[in-house]
Amino acid sequence: MQSPGDTLQIDAHGRLKHFLSIEGLNRELLVNILDTAESFAGVGERAVKKVPLLRGKTIVNLFFEPSTRTRTTFELAAKRLSADVLNISATTSSTTKGESLLDTLRTLEAMHCDMFIVRHAESGAAHFIARHAAPHISVINGGDGRHAHPTQAMLDMFTIRRQKGDFSSLKVAIVGDVAHSRVARSQIHALVTLGAAEVRIVAPRTLVPPGIQSMGVSVHHDLRSGLRDTDVVILLRLQNERMQGALLPSSHEYFQYYGVTEEKLATAASDAIVMHPGPLNRGVEIDSDVADGARSVILRQVSYGIAIRMAVMSMAIGSHAAADRGDD
Amino acid sequence: MRVRIAGARVVDPASGIDEISDVYVAEGRVQAIGKAPDGFTAERELQATGRILIPGIVDLRARLREPGAEHKATIASETRAAVRGGITTLCCPPDTDPVIDTPAVAELIHQRAAESRLARVEVLGALTRDLDGQNLAEMGALKEAGCLGVSNALAPVTDTEVMLRAMEYAVTFGLTVFVHAEDARLAAGRLVHDGPVATRLGLPGIPEIAETIGVARDLLLVEQTGARVHFCHLSTGPAVDMVRDARSHGLPVSADVAIHQLLLTEADIDGFDADCHVRPPLRSVDDRARLRAGVRAGVIGSICSDHQPHEVDAKLNPFPQTEPGISSLDSLLSLVLGLVEDDELTLSQAVAALTSGPCAVLGIDRGSLAVGAAADLCVFDPHERWVLDDASMLSRGHNTPFKGHRLAGRVCLTMVDGRVVFEAPPA
Repeated sequence: MQSPGDTLQIDAHGRLKHFLSIEGLNRELLVNILDTAESFAGVGERAVKKVPLLRGKTIVNLFFEPSTRTRTTFELAAKRLSADVLNISATTSSTTKGESLLDTLRTLEAMHCDMFIVRHAESGAAHFIARHAAPHISVINGGDGRHAHPTQAMLDMFTIRRQKGDFSSLKVAIVGDVAHSRVARSQIHALVTLGAAEVRIVAPRTLVPPGIQSMGVSVHHDLRSGLRDTDVVILLRLQNERMQGALLPSSHEYFQYYGVTEEKLATAASDAIVMHPGPLNRGVEIDSDVADGARSVILRQVSYGIAIRMAVMSMAIGSHAAADRGDD
Repeated sequence: MRVRIAGARVVDPASGIDEISDVYVAEGRVQAIGKAPDGFTAERELQATGRILIPGIVDLRARLREPGAEHKATIASETRAAVRGGITTLCCPPDTDPVIDTPAVAELIHQRAAESRLARVEVLGALTRDLDGQNLAEMGALKEAGCLGVSNALAPVTDTEVMLRAMEYAVTFGLTVFVHAEDARLAAGRLVHDGPVATRLGLPGIPEIAETIGVARDLLLVEQTGARVHFCHLSTGPAVDMVRDARSHGLPVSADVAIHQLLLTEADIDGFDADCHVRPPLRSVDDRARLRAGVRAGVIGSICSDHQPHEVDAKLNPFPQTEPGISSLDSLLSLVLGLVEDDELTLSQAVAALTSGPCAVLGIDRGSLAVGAAADLCVFDPHERWVLDDASMLSRGHNTPFKGHRLAGRVCLTMVDGRVVFEAPPA
């Protein structure tokens, strides 16, 4: 059962209506997303890279924050599902002319769109849009502030499952700027829900948000001990602006203590995999030898991203289609 | 008009009265409680059996939005909501537009309130010009214009030298300084309590030390200057302890709490509920318990509405882009009575924190039903339940997380200066 607080994401029949956050979704639903993605994983390798599931549907990529890979993979995923795609970025849209977010939303609704993929710099933006969108519209969170990036987390889970099979024996370390990372928050919820044996955060104190332990993780400040016996090492991007101000002294010192190198990986399990949501800062959070090395699954994450986004889009629009047909 | 209000339970903590009694009002003043004065013939008799009669509520902090934000509310609209809720005096902080840093703005507000002839409206003058935190406002002139204290509202006075001089200058004129104690750098760009809920929601948090460092600095400045300082809207347990200790050492300080801080916690923002976006932020369950204890112990002498009415659009945005504040004139008394029903406060503690407590801070001779006092009073039915919703709210702002709640206690009659300013229609 879903908790009652998730009525926004889940319809009365337990189907995914919006995909806003991993938090509140149960294991069954997450596994369902992974299984559905598995069925789409082969589509990209075919000569005709399309399935007709969302033919006639219009999907809007509504990006209020710049993004290349997330927007591109959503667009590709939508096209492989045969949907029509409209890309709207805030720099060219009316929001820069002072139009409110809600007015933008109403305008797009009037054009009979079926789904919004939303990226926004403010935490809670996707929830806000889902709450105020017309009932026939599904909202997928493509990243909101520091809050959530659920499709990224699910493609990471997909990658882990493909490499490791079962979650229950896995020790996972998430290394880097957890405080500012929507990816880390969604990964933590996903790993905990899928039953990972242990989830660790490895970061200097300035990048660990207060009360993070209540999400089910342990906190380490030492990289070597934090990586000890781990099966999965997830690195987070350290944004350049964190070097200004009082969070960190320099990228040089960060690399020295928290940059993952082959040598520091030595304490991890011998078959440990290394992941990164991209884009990489080589020589800051990751050494090139690791990024391009045998343990790295970073490029696979990108290609799996398309399958996961196809899965989530088809499930969310499917719930509306089922509701329209009266499949209760 | 000579009025006899008969049979109510009269609760007036300032005079130590809690008894079923008749109250006699004439010429705008309380003439007697209990036995009628010689030769008193009532022109009007009000039966109030089963009801409670208290001094009119004095609300230490309410934004009336006039001048400057009349699209949110006006003095006329908000004083109407106030008297419906038993509030007879409202005190307005100086962050209007223009700021109350000249006598003209103070006079404008007083005049508008006088035209409305509902609740009394008091004002605080600006501590610094345009609340810039750098240049002292003309406090002498503001005092002559009727300002009951000075404040920088929510705008920071980051420069300690400015705060030191501002307190010294306020002492010169005997003005109380109302402070929003907060280390501005620790609060800048952040909006909710820095705790597990903020971490989960990815909202940048204001740590508790932002408040305690602010309180600590200003307490040291009080020690240095002897200024009378009132700490507005405390939100953390440690700050309550600091104010308690300072008072026990004889420092001339006082404090208030906003009603929502006694009821809500950080957990209420979950799901990005913008109606719970307030400043200072809702904090932990432990903080809330210590704030309640602070009221019981008298360290926090006043509960205020911290009324901030908004137009609908102000809350229709992603959480970080919404405007903070709750519209609470309509619900203040009932929410406080809810704390009494839950045995968090005694009725006497609750009434004191709504009447004599704030009057002591403002230095005004109200908040009591002593014979000869101005007849500002309120009669309510403690058993009547009502639902706070769009239909029942009189404030122009309907932004409240308590919408849909069944509340305890409904005001039947409100008097200002012996004049009936609100009377519920007969059932």
